[in-house]
Amino acid sequence: MDKLNLRSGDIIVWLLLLSAPFWLPLMGGYIELGSEVVVFALAAMALNFLLGYTGVLSFGHAAYFGLGAYGTAMTMKYLVESTPLAILIGTAVGAVAAAIIGPLIVRLRGVYFAMCTIAFGQVFYFIAFQWRDVTGGDDGLSAWHRMPIDFGFAQLDILNSNKAFYYLTLAVFALAVGFMAFLLRSPFGRTLLAIRENERRARFLGIPVDRHIWLSWVISCTMVSLAGALYALLNDFVDPRALRWDQSGTFVIMTVLGGMRSFWGPLVGAAIFIVLRDYISSHTENWQSFVGLIFVLVVLFFPRGVLGIIRRKAAS
Amino acid sequence: MSLLQIENVSKHFGSLIAVNDISMTVEPGELRAIIGPNGAGKTTFFNLITGFFSPTSGRILFDGHDISGLLPARRVWLGMARTFQVTEVFPELSVRENLRIPVEVASGLRLRPWLSAPDDVKIRDRVAELLDMGGLTDKAGRQVGELSHGDQRATEIMMALALNPRLLLLDEPTAGMGDQETYDITQLIRRLHKEAKLTIVLIEHDMRVVFHLADRIMVLDQGKFLAEGTPPEIAANQAVQTAYLGQAA
Repeated sequence: MDKLNLRSGDIIVWLLLLSAPFWLPLMGGYIELGSEVVVFALAAMALNFLLGYTGVLSFGHAAYFGLGAYGTAMTMKYLVESTPLAILIGTAVGAVAAAIIGPLIVRLRGVYFAMCTIAFGQVFYFIAFQWRDVTGGDDGLSAWHRMPIDFGFAQLDILNSNKAFYYLTLAVFALAVGFMAFLLRSPFGRTLLAIRENERRARFLGIPVDRHIWLSWVISCTMVSLAGALYALLNDFVDPRALRWDQSGTFVIMTVLGGMRSFWGPLVGAAIFIVLRDYISSHTENWQSFVGLIFVLVVLFFPRGVLGIIRRKAAS
Repeated sequence: MSLLQIENVSKHFGSLIAVNDISMTVEPGELRAIIGPNGAGKTTFFNLITGFFSPTSGRILFDGHDISGLLPARRVWLGMARTFQVTEVFPELSVRENLRIPVEVASGLRLRPWLSAPDDVKIRDRVAELLDMGGLTDKAGRQVGELSHGDQRATEIMMALALNPRLLLLDEPTAGMGDQETYDITQLIRRLHKEAKLTIVLIEHDMRVVFHLADRIMVLDQGKFLAEGTPPEIAANQAVQTAYLGQAA
């Protein structure tokens, strides 16, 4: 099992992330690409809190990603032009929706749970799609933009500096990921592992399984809403595709691609997915075929994901 | 007062009557064995006690409280712990983690997002004690899924014990074991009964084990009550011999 203490692997990950704005351009990348990787890595790691560490597959995480994004965008556009407030409100919207929907689905298992998460997700998609006056419908919500953050003594100009925005994203990512790692090392986190490993045993050890799955679900969805909030800020725009079920599928693909039994697996998966998409889509419109092919190959030959292979190599 | 009192419970699965009007009383400190041929309804009866199923009719009282409708987790909180016929552990976690989880649950810490240093020490000590009692100390860091059947079973029993139960229910603790493993597990159960004064109800196929351990034995046959008594009484019982021991001997 994962030891979640700070080890060499963790240090490498943080060093790479912290230095990304300096080496990305040298590799032919650009800073927004780095921000996008971090945002999607957070979403995939949030999904993995539920999938990899609780053993519950959600195919509807885009709903909460999208709610976070719309909550943020609508706060900026209609309420108050404050980036921190918009992030908080956006995340809260996703969290509250997850908390309410949770009790309706946590008794379900396996494919039934997954199907119901898709169904609820599509409800939000259609609302965003149809309610043109408020959400902008299919055209999305534009004509707003992120605002510089004023700390009183200094100002972080995330509006004009991509580097500043990258570091804001990375700071939020670090807080969220640190929070999840912290929880996974706690007694509560161990009850989630217990449920993943053997639900019957967990139940007969006195763990109220449905309630713990609900908690894990709410935490996971809250973290994915936070990713959604950053996603809206990254693009200064949001449209209903952020809520659609294929977006949920993308999170699952990233997680499985990178390795859902390792803490950093989804980050690796997100990086591979985003970079491949960026690279292949500049050559052909059919980039999804190639990403799909790579996904199939990984699942067939390396069921523990890319990080699973690296780890096995390191162990042998 | 009796620790466990079962009053006329039945369980129907459609037209099949798996458990038919069975009553049983277990006193504190007692070790009760339930035996019977295959299909006698022993495991179903067990599942009714632990809340895996709820009874079609009848009542189950634990320490005087009616628990017939309670969920399994609540029965655990009241002091009931069980093992399963097919070993149920957390295969990809280490033996230590397998024991740590129930210790934390029993300490009321299952929702804690962090542990204070004194709590952590207390929990480590308790885990070490359980590892020692189960003879698992030198395997503490190994994944349970990699261990022998006997060690997995010992881990499972210690997990149940980690809950500090007042009643321990063991479903065929020696199933599928070799002679040495059977002996080790039997000794472990004996120690829990004699030294820790634990009340135990177990289902068992191995008659040597049953007659060695049990204070009293209840015999089921085809879902119905057949006999109850001390080991010598059961050995001498004509109906039991015909239904069960006769075919085994």
